[in-house]
Amino acid sequence: MSTVHTDIVTPAGKVYEGDVHMVCVRSKSGELGILPHHMPIVAPLEIALVRLKHEDEKIVDYVAVHGGFIQVGRENITILSEAAEPKSSIDVERAKKANAEAKSQLNTLHATSEGYAEALLKLKRSELRLSTAAIDDTIPEA
Amino acid sequence: MPSMRDIKEKIASTKQMRKITKAMQMVAAAKLNRAQATAQDYSAYADKLREVVASIASTASKGSNSKHPMLATRPVKKTAYLVITENRGLAGAYDSTVLKYTQNLIREKHQSQDEYLIIVTGKVGLNYFEKRGYPVAFSKTDISDDFSFDDVLAFAKQTITLFDTKQIDELHLIYNHFVNAISQTLVDKQLLPLKDLESKPTEKVNYAYEPDEDEVLESLLPLYAEGQIYGALLDAKAAEQAARMTAMRSASDNASDIIDHLSLSYNRARQAAITQEITEIVGGAAALE
Repeated sequence: MSTVHTDIVTPAGKVYEGDVHMVCVRSKSGELGILPHHMPIVAPLEIALVRLKHEDEKIVDYVAVHGGFIQVGRENITILSEAAEPKSSIDVERAKKANAEAKSQLNTLHATSEGYAEALLKLKRSELRLSTAAIDDTIPEA
Repeated sequence: MPSMRDIKEKIASTKQMRKITKAMQMVAAAKLNRAQATAQDYSAYADKLREVVASIASTASKGSNSKHPMLATRPVKKTAYLVITENRGLAGAYDSTVLKYTQNLIREKHQSQDEYLIIVTGKVGLNYFEKRGYPVAFSKTDISDDFSFDDVLAFAKQTITLFDTKQIDELHLIYNHFVNAISQTLVDKQLLPLKDLESKPTEKVNYAYEPDEDEVLESLLPLYAEGQIYGALLDAKAAEQAARMTAMRSASDNASDIIDHLSLSYNRARQAAITQEITEIVGGAAALE
């Protein structure tokens, strides 16, 4: 099985780097699963989980990517985003707090009022963080 | 001629001052290191982003039916200047270069206040423009020394919204660019509408766009513009620390010079006093004989 070099880059630096066999992202137009030697493509991403499958199918890395886009080149894949966190570095407490804050904001705001869109985004982000952190990625004993 | 005691006091106080400027120099040097490291992290992101934007923009401009508003120049009715200064001063000519340049630029290019507005970061700049009655649209004065992308994202978005909603037709960034630890140069760069995006003739990859070019540009260009503002702020921050470091170093050097000078006068005064004392004793002894 072949692999492709994948980077996830944010303004704060590289958050992920590795050779993987498959990259699963959710783009604005739908789910994409990208294998090595994919044709060059650029697609904007949703605030969603990115799964990076290693050559050994059992090992999967999970990264919460908050928007941005994926760029598939001939020899590498780059995901550029304003914020991204691998599962291991998610601050669950903070995400819970943000989640509660966003919910209370949404309760008081009307859909047309200012700040509604931001609160909605905040909710989405915190939900993504929480769900990513909750993934069970222990490898089952054979 | 000042007395020995006066000089001694002056030496002591100058020494205190030198201690402070030396400490500030060291702090600035440490912060400069950190700012440079952050800037390096960011440049990986910026380079990638630029590469993609350039490759799309070059294909998009050929098929000119898909013109994103951020790429299209429109008649300029109002120009915005984003001026980056800092909060504390004590950084030599760091702020005044930027502020003087902006003032001259505005005087040359604009007749009335309706033609431009100013967006400013840093207290020094804000005070300067408000005092002189310039139209300041909004400002940000709470940028810490190690700010993150999230800290300035709202500010960058606010700035870009002005352009999106056609309140301004051009956006310029004016700030000090970090060249190296001892020199900074002034940069005046047009951010919006985006131009000079043509990539260097490296290997051309023909990307497919999912779902289409317009859609990709729609989410890509704001990201790029925000990134550029963040990059400029980082660059300016590194330049600020470098400027402060240099300013504090020369302040410490000057303090050392003053101390040398004062020590010399102190010793002279001391010798004069001794000589006088001896003369008095000898005179007294001679009178007794």
